[in-house]
Amino acid sequence: MTMAITEPASLRLVYFAWVRERIGLPEETVTPPAGTATIADLVRWLKTRGEGYELAFENPAVVRAAIDQTHAKPATAIAGAREIAFFPPMTGG
Amino acid sequence: MTPLVRIQREDFDIGAEIAALTAGNPNIGAVVSFAGLCRDESGRLAALELEHYPGMAEAEIARVASEAAERWPLSGLVAIHRFGLIRPGEQIVLAIAASSHRREAFEAADFLMDYLKTRAPFWKREHLADGTLGGWVEAKADDDDAAKRWDQGV
Repeated sequence: MTMAITEPASLRLVYFAWVRERIGLPEETVTPPAGTATIADLVRWLKTRGEGYELAFENPAVVRAAIDQTHAKPATAIAGAREIAFFPPMTGG
Repeated sequence: MTPLVRIQREDFDIGAEIAALTAGNPNIGAVVSFAGLCRDESGRLAALELEHYPGMAEAEIARVASEAAERWPLSGLVAIHRFGLIRPGEQIVLAIAASSHRREAFEAADFLMDYLKTRAPFWKREHLADGTLGGWVEAKADDDDAAKRWDQGV
């Protein structure tokens, strides 16, 4: 299957801990605009969707991401992703 | 050797987990276990609430456990992490490593905990002794440093 980077499919986004609280949703399905190629692109777009998103990503370097349940970096390509998660640095253990 | 990974709300029994791990394997000469408990922070906390990312929590701890199994000659490895409301004195996490000799077991259990803390998707929130909801626990730079030392050779 090939998927054009300029036409991302709909994506399931899941949020945890204070990222979830600031956005006000545990999860949602979105269709990012054409040209949304990386995690960093996705964050830039999400920040335009309202105050909660802006607050959640006010310091994007702090928020971690995972693509299909594997840790990802801001520069990681999102093409083909089904589920992308955003969350604060982990504090388990 | 396939590591055993469990994410659960219920408590665990360290003795029972060690017995299950060592049963039928007379080549095991060393078992190291680490249990992490909820502290009350000198009376400040009523409980910790642990949120997790179902699916990824299991997958990420399994990845860390597999790395440990590649790095050390182990006979068994267990990682159990609880979620939900956990009160002071209760157990949160368990790591057990079994091997023929002690050094491998100590190091593997230490490695498992260091990586689990920085990579497993769990978040702690404080519930305060006065009945109010506290804040989210912040990640510690110390924990990142502890995990990084395994990349630099021990």
